[in-house]
Amino acid sequence: MPTSLDQYVGVHATALDVRARRTELIANNLANADTPGFKARDMDFRAAMARAAGEQTAGGVHLATTQAGHIGGAASADAATSPDLKYRTPLAPALDGNTVDAQLEQAAFAENAVRYQATLTFLNSKFRGLLTAIMGS
Amino acid sequence: MSSFKAFDIAGSGMSAQSVRLNTTASNLANAESVSGDAASVYKPRHPIFEAVRAQLAAGAAREGNANAAVRVSGIYESPAPATARYEPGNPLADTNGYVYAPAVNVVEEMVNMISASRSYQNNVEVMNTSKELLMATLRLGQG
Repeated sequence: MPTSLDQYVGVHATALDVRARRTELIANNLANADTPGFKARDMDFRAAMARAAGEQTAGGVHLATTQAGHIGGAASADAATSPDLKYRTPLAPALDGNTVDAQLEQAAFAENAVRYQATLTFLNSKFRGLLTAIMGS
Repeated sequence: MSSFKAFDIAGSGMSAQSVRLNTTASNLANAESVSGDAASVYKPRHPIFEAVRAQLAAGAAREGNANAAVRVSGIYESPAPATARYEPGNPLADTNGYVYAPAVNVVEEMVNMISASRSYQNNVEVMNTSKELLMATLRLGQG
């Protein structure tokens, strides 16, 4: 029997957070579809989940960064150099250096939205189960 | 989670695309605004898009993305030379009988217009979907 609500909800809370982050990332790609030199980015979902889960359990040992030149551990990585953020490999890069493929991004966005809703459904049923246990009916 | 930055990002995209649509409208409207002087004739305007690099605090690094949103960093006037037309009857004509028309490429402007409107629609779609997702999140656990 799980002891805390966090444990009960399991991986889904983290997944929801990572999905929301990916929504922002792809929204940014689409907003910059006409920006010269913009490089489209996406995230490595597995790595992002692993990182988010690692942060949540707080079991990892963090490196202290006391000076500007210090390099932090994986958990304190800067978002700009975040290991789970990757650049997209363009199929047909534009002459102006932009690598956003609007169709591809739209598909990724739709996929991400559906998966977000799937996670929400999982969470909902978890809560409903808990409620049934409490109410007893 | 900073309550869905996707809204801000899509909003900035819509605003940038509407600036582009505005410059296109201005260029098309002034395509026939002739002048008697090559220097003072209307110059086609085009926006310059730029990705905004978010300033991230160390604590907020996990939530943030390296880039967030787009902005119009400026509007440049096309240096293309005005085209001279021989219209001696035109009251604006110079001493040699020439008037100068702006170097507006109507086909290019139409393409720009279509591209801007498609990109705008893309951003609207992103915003709608984000809103739906956020509403679903708000209803979480209610049934």
